[in-house]
Amino acid sequence: MAEELQQTNVGLDESPEAVLKVDDLRTSFFVGKSEVKAVDGVSFEVPKGKTLGIVGESGSGKSITALSILNLIEKPGEIKGGSIKYKGEELVNAKISRMRKIRGNEISMIFQEPMTSLNPVYTIGDQLSEVIKIHQKFGPKKQKERAIEMLKLVGIPSPEKRMKQYPYELSGGMRQRVMIAIALACKPELLISDEPTTALDVTIQAQILELIKELQEEIGMSVIMITHDLGVVAETCDYVAVMYAGRVVEYADVYTLFENPKHPYTVGLLNSLPRHDIEQDELVPIKGNVPAPHEMPPGCKFAPRCPFASDICKEMPELKKIDDGNDVRCWIYDERWDGEKGVKVYENK
Amino acid sequence: MIRFITQRLIQLIPVLFGVTILVFGILHLTPGDPALIMAGESAPEATVNAIRRRLGLDNPLHIQYFDFLKNVLTLDFGTSIRDNIPVSDHISARFFITFELAVISTAFSIFAGLLVGIVSAVWKYSFWDVSLMVITLFGLSMPNFWLGLMLIQWFSINLGWFAPTGWGNPNQMVLPVIALGTAGAAIIARMTRSSMLDVIGQDYIRTARAKGVKERSVIFKHALKNALIPVVTVAGLQFGYFLSGSVLTESVFAINGLGRLIIDSIFARDFPVVQGTVLVLAVMFVTVNFLVDITYKFLNKRVDLN
Repeated sequence: MAEELQQTNVGLDESPEAVLKVDDLRTSFFVGKSEVKAVDGVSFEVPKGKTLGIVGESGSGKSITALSILNLIEKPGEIKGGSIKYKGEELVNAKISRMRKIRGNEISMIFQEPMTSLNPVYTIGDQLSEVIKIHQKFGPKKQKERAIEMLKLVGIPSPEKRMKQYPYELSGGMRQRVMIAIALACKPELLISDEPTTALDVTIQAQILELIKELQEEIGMSVIMITHDLGVVAETCDYVAVMYAGRVVEYADVYTLFENPKHPYTVGLLNSLPRHDIEQDELVPIKGNVPAPHEMPPGCKFAPRCPFASDICKEMPELKKIDDGNDVRCWIYDERWDGEKGVKVYENK
Repeated sequence: MIRFITQRLIQLIPVLFGVTILVFGILHLTPGDPALIMAGESAPEATVNAIRRRLGLDNPLHIQYFDFLKNVLTLDFGTSIRDNIPVSDHISARFFITFELAVISTAFSIFAGLLVGIVSAVWKYSFWDVSLMVITLFGLSMPNFWLGLMLIQWFSINLGWFAPTGWGNPNQMVLPVIALGTAGAAIIARMTRSSMLDVIGQDYIRTARAKGVKERSVIFKHALKNALIPVVTVAGLQFGYFLSGSVLTESVFAINGLGRLIIDSIFARDFPVVQGTVLVLAVMFVTVNFLVDITYKFLNKRVDLN
């Protein structure tokens, strides 16, 4: 794994400008009178041409973060505050007409469920041409040409024939390719992939990830790769934000994160992965579950499951940069830490 | 598609046979001697015999059935006992009125139903949604003859806006169409609402929005075509029901359609007319269902042929 990591890290020193800056994003859902804070103060940047991974368990708020970027949150959900800046332009509270011009054109999204993400009553050609028609000033003939070109680009055989087919005539992997073709048809600056391979077979997964990476290089776009699979992160990402209960708990470049994770949750995630480079009798799962929204503890949300938790964890720690370059939201690295001093969260075996 | 249509057509054959057997049975399932009933209790023996011979009632049952079938295939339903006019003339004189009533009522149901359903779904749980759904509940629960009587009371007698009876000019058409179409509109509205809500929650609607599709287009292009699939079936059944179920409405509004023809013929024990009319309505109903199937298939490409 280490070799792969180093490869994905090439060019990290350049510190490129950010395409997207998310700052203190808060998105909540209102059920009756109670508020569920699905995303509670998330901040990150996506550098130009790079891939940011957002990792977390189900319910950690990663998909809601992604939908918030395109302002696709639906009632009873609502973006409560914070800022989402796309190339310096504020997207929170942007006009709906402006958002429509961005969606599918400058920022595109692909989803977890290729089986249900295409409209069953329109042909592949209709659905692909539609996005081109909305955003490009092409005539019908040019639209069709571009659509066929896109299907070719994502590796769909006999694209002319596929154009006339309906989604039910295609396999899951093929449908995800069509989704990618739709997302990339207008050559976006940013692609948000919300668990694009979760619902696919392992062999197809690798193909789809490879395809996204190739097209990323070709178009020069940035990618947000949302996943719960650290293997996917290792293969595709340059930077990683680890999310837990609606917050980013650790942010680092992918190499640092895998080599030297700092947050007990990140460590727990890594320990629960099988490794082939060392002898392992059994995997170490993180004990417990993500608490239900109404059972969220005050302070650090991970404290109830954290093996190192101490009294001070009842206060919310800040996301702070520490020596090795990771941004970590954990008291252990703070001078106010009242637990065991010099505790080693991660044993690099 | 052609294979699908052929298959459905072949499936119609046994249904139509069933229909002819039932209609043929009307005459024979009625208790007593049909000839005697038609002639009247106190008719002389000779008259009864004449009727019996004319209708072929002295032949064995299966011969009678095949004669009946042969006549039906040549659109010969016999002649009315009351006035000796061929049944087919009776039917053709009135068919268009009933058909017109059914078509306009269906159009009204679909238009009003879709409008209410879409508004309710798009603004779900709003004041409009809740009010409209309560109103549809009333629409659904009112028997159409009662609604017809109330409409005549309010809009013809009290307000004098519309003619209370007859059929032909628009002024006469409004009330019967509302009376007949309201329940259908209510069913279609509720159907459309739940179907739209289901569809709007689907992943492909989110995909459409993520593509930058305008909200109007999301609703009317992406959502509605999917939501219409179950609605088409209901609307088609409504049409079939309006064709045959306008008996009460036609009676209330004194419209000379097939429904009234059946009622009058039943009271007059005019069996050939009853048989012919019921047969025509049944065939219409089956045909409409066949057309609904084809539309359904056209909207939803995934329908299994079998």
